[in-house]
Amino acid sequence: MPRFLTSSEHRTLAAACDRLIPPLDTHPGAAALGVADYVDTLLAAFTVDPPRIWAGGPFSGRAGGDGSFDEFLPLSPLEELAWRTRVEGSQGDPARELNGPVAGWQLEYRVGLAALGGDFADLSPEEQDRRLDADPAFKALCYQHACEGAYSAPEYGGNRDLAGWRAIQFAGDVQPRGYTDEEVSGHE
Amino acid sequence: MSDLDPRDADVVVIGTGPGGATAAHVLTDAGRSVIMLEKGRNHLLALDAPFGPLGHVSNDELKFTRRHFLGPDPLLEPRTFRGDEGDGDRLWVGDVNNLPSTVGGGGFHADGKLPRFREVDFHARSELGPIDGADVVDWPFGYDELEPYYAEAERLVGVAGDHTANPFAAWRSGPYPMPPGADMYCATVTAAAAERLGYHPYRAPTGVNSMEYDGRPACNNCGFCAFYGCPIEAKGDPVGLLRAALHTGRCEIRPESHVTEIVLDATGRRARGVRYLDAHGDLHEVSAGHVVVACGAFETPRLLMRSGIGNPDVVGRYLMYHLQTLVLGLFPFRLHAHKGRAVTHLMDDPIIPDAEAMAAARDAGLPYFRGGIVEHGGAGQPIMEAVHLPPGELHSRLMLDSPMRDCMAAFTMQGEDLPQATNRIDLDPTVRDVWGRPAGRVTYTPHAHDVACALHWAPRLEAVMKDAGAHTTFWVTSPPLRAHRRPGSDPTPTSRHVMGTARMGTDPRVTVCDPHQRCWDVDNVVVTDSSVFPTSTGYGPTLTIVATALRAARLLADATNP
Repeated sequence: MPRFLTSSEHRTLAAACDRLIPPLDTHPGAAALGVADYVDTLLAAFTVDPPRIWAGGPFSGRAGGDGSFDEFLPLSPLEELAWRTRVEGSQGDPARELNGPVAGWQLEYRVGLAALGGDFADLSPEEQDRRLDADPAFKALCYQHACEGAYSAPEYGGNRDLAGWRAIQFAGDVQPRGYTDEEVSGHE
Repeated sequence: MSDLDPRDADVVVIGTGPGGATAAHVLTDAGRSVIMLEKGRNHLLALDAPFGPLGHVSNDELKFTRRHFLGPDPLLEPRTFRGDEGDGDRLWVGDVNNLPSTVGGGGFHADGKLPRFREVDFHARSELGPIDGADVVDWPFGYDELEPYYAEAERLVGVAGDHTANPFAAWRSGPYPMPPGADMYCATVTAAAAERLGYHPYRAPTGVNSMEYDGRPACNNCGFCAFYGCPIEAKGDPVGLLRAALHTGRCEIRPESHVTEIVLDATGRRARGVRYLDAHGDLHEVSAGHVVVACGAFETPRLLMRSGIGNPDVVGRYLMYHLQTLVLGLFPFRLHAHKGRAVTHLMDDPIIPDAEAMAAARDAGLPYFRGGIVEHGGAGQPIMEAVHLPPGELHSRLMLDSPMRDCMAAFTMQGEDLPQATNRIDLDPTVRDVWGRPAGRVTYTPHAHDVACALHWAPRLEAVMKDAGAHTTFWVTSPPLRAHRRPGSDPTPTSRHVMGTARMGTDPRVTVCDPHQRCWDVDNVVVTDSSVFPTSTGYGPTLTIVATALRAARLLADATNP
């Protein structure tokens, strides 16, 4: 279940991102990669403590060692101010309006997804593209987050089953194993 | 220690990057007590013995490149940029060549290519003569005086390299402390082509362990190098120096401590300490006999200006970057440049002009050409590739084929940027940071010399790429040349090599710092970062920051011998 998005918004977002990163040959589309879950994790980052902004380290456990990416790092008071402003918007709080008001991603998604329409997921690809193109700023926001959600560490909510990395022949995080000198210097 | 006690420490060091860490190491080693104040968070090392790693560093592209993990966050600390005054108050607000603002500073994210400068770099004005529109000057000391500090810097940081490899290198008193690490496949392909065309590529001196060194392990080639910290501490700069300082028991690091000003005594000629805000916004004062400023060439002049220190005609001026010429080649096979150190080969050829370059300089109306070191590298990580592709089917197709991440080689020429008084840091008239202070503003346009060098070398480096097997090549500069600027696109230099702004020299009328890197007007304030560089040279600045900081800190320690 999404935590910030409604089920309907989640379905619309998944369909929208699937037009930006569509399935092709062995590359899964954004919907299958869980990009909408990535965005929902970001929009709901402050519903948990520490917030899901910076994953822990040093290792995920996927290349050996103990996994600790899922132990997210706490933010300082100033960092929390910046990230709450980005996610929640400035909401008239003077501390968040240092150089002017900030709408915030929660509101941008709420408004942008409403404009795409509750029927978006059921439309033809051509009609979906037409509606996405109607708001280039929102399309750009979705694309930026779709790219992040498709190819970031799965602890952030996307890259489901590591399918994003697998599709592009990328090993992802490799510590503490690393690569051998032969793997670095030799031709694959 | 009470906040009101005189002399909370012998020295307060502002900034924990390579320049500050070096000063702290030298001063604590000489028996002085040091308090280090760092604006940013501490993700580098535990501040209690035995000062081990915190485990915050990871192979995480999102955290390091998309979420401002190392700071500064542009929402909290916006910077502004304009090319010249004709652009109005500013063209751009946000990230302007941000270097990490965190314990470890710029050393945290650097991939650790650590070349020395050459002999001529220290007396370019005497040897090469003046150049119109630039204030090229000699350094107040020469390479011979700095050489022992270069050697010490290489030992302290731990540099792996081959001292016989670069035919253009300055003389040196000994070999590198470690042999080079594994060559990247990508760089061996482009280096072989460069050799075929008569250039002189060599295995890069790199501050990354090729064997266990200083209690830290050999690099295991994870590839998350430039713009990342090292999860296993195979990079020595500056964690080794900070840890050594902490181990003396005479160094305290206070993160999240934003210095508001250096406080002068009643004479206005001596600093008595600094004031800073802690993470909760509470104001403190630390008293010290000396203040070392090492905030980087962007923040150092900003701090000096708001403290009323530094020749007001010069402080902030002579800002220099490198004019980066990026020459990219797309190959019909995979180069896997994401494995290994980010760059394993360099070449100095554009720095040493051949007959063709000298002819091009004359055609451009210039007395000489000095380009920059060329880094043989590849591309980055997948999110970086993804966001540069168009959305739609082409995205998925290109991510599968990976022309940019996995099939691209890149040359970066770090072109020498001649010093100009009009290139400067000052205070933005309206944009504010989270502490309510005016944001720093960059006014910067490269000199005609820098542009002419880029135009000369770009096609020649493209020819190397083609010879190496690239089917497609192209080039761009950073900052973009005025003719290449597009509306709304980022006009700022992406170079993280920031220099000048508190230049040192022998004449107090035209410099900020004396040859010992002390401020002329407040001589117990010592600057130990790249702000003091009189010229940029065509080499990365970090090893020279450490070497000059070693020299300045040792002069300070000797002068204050109790």
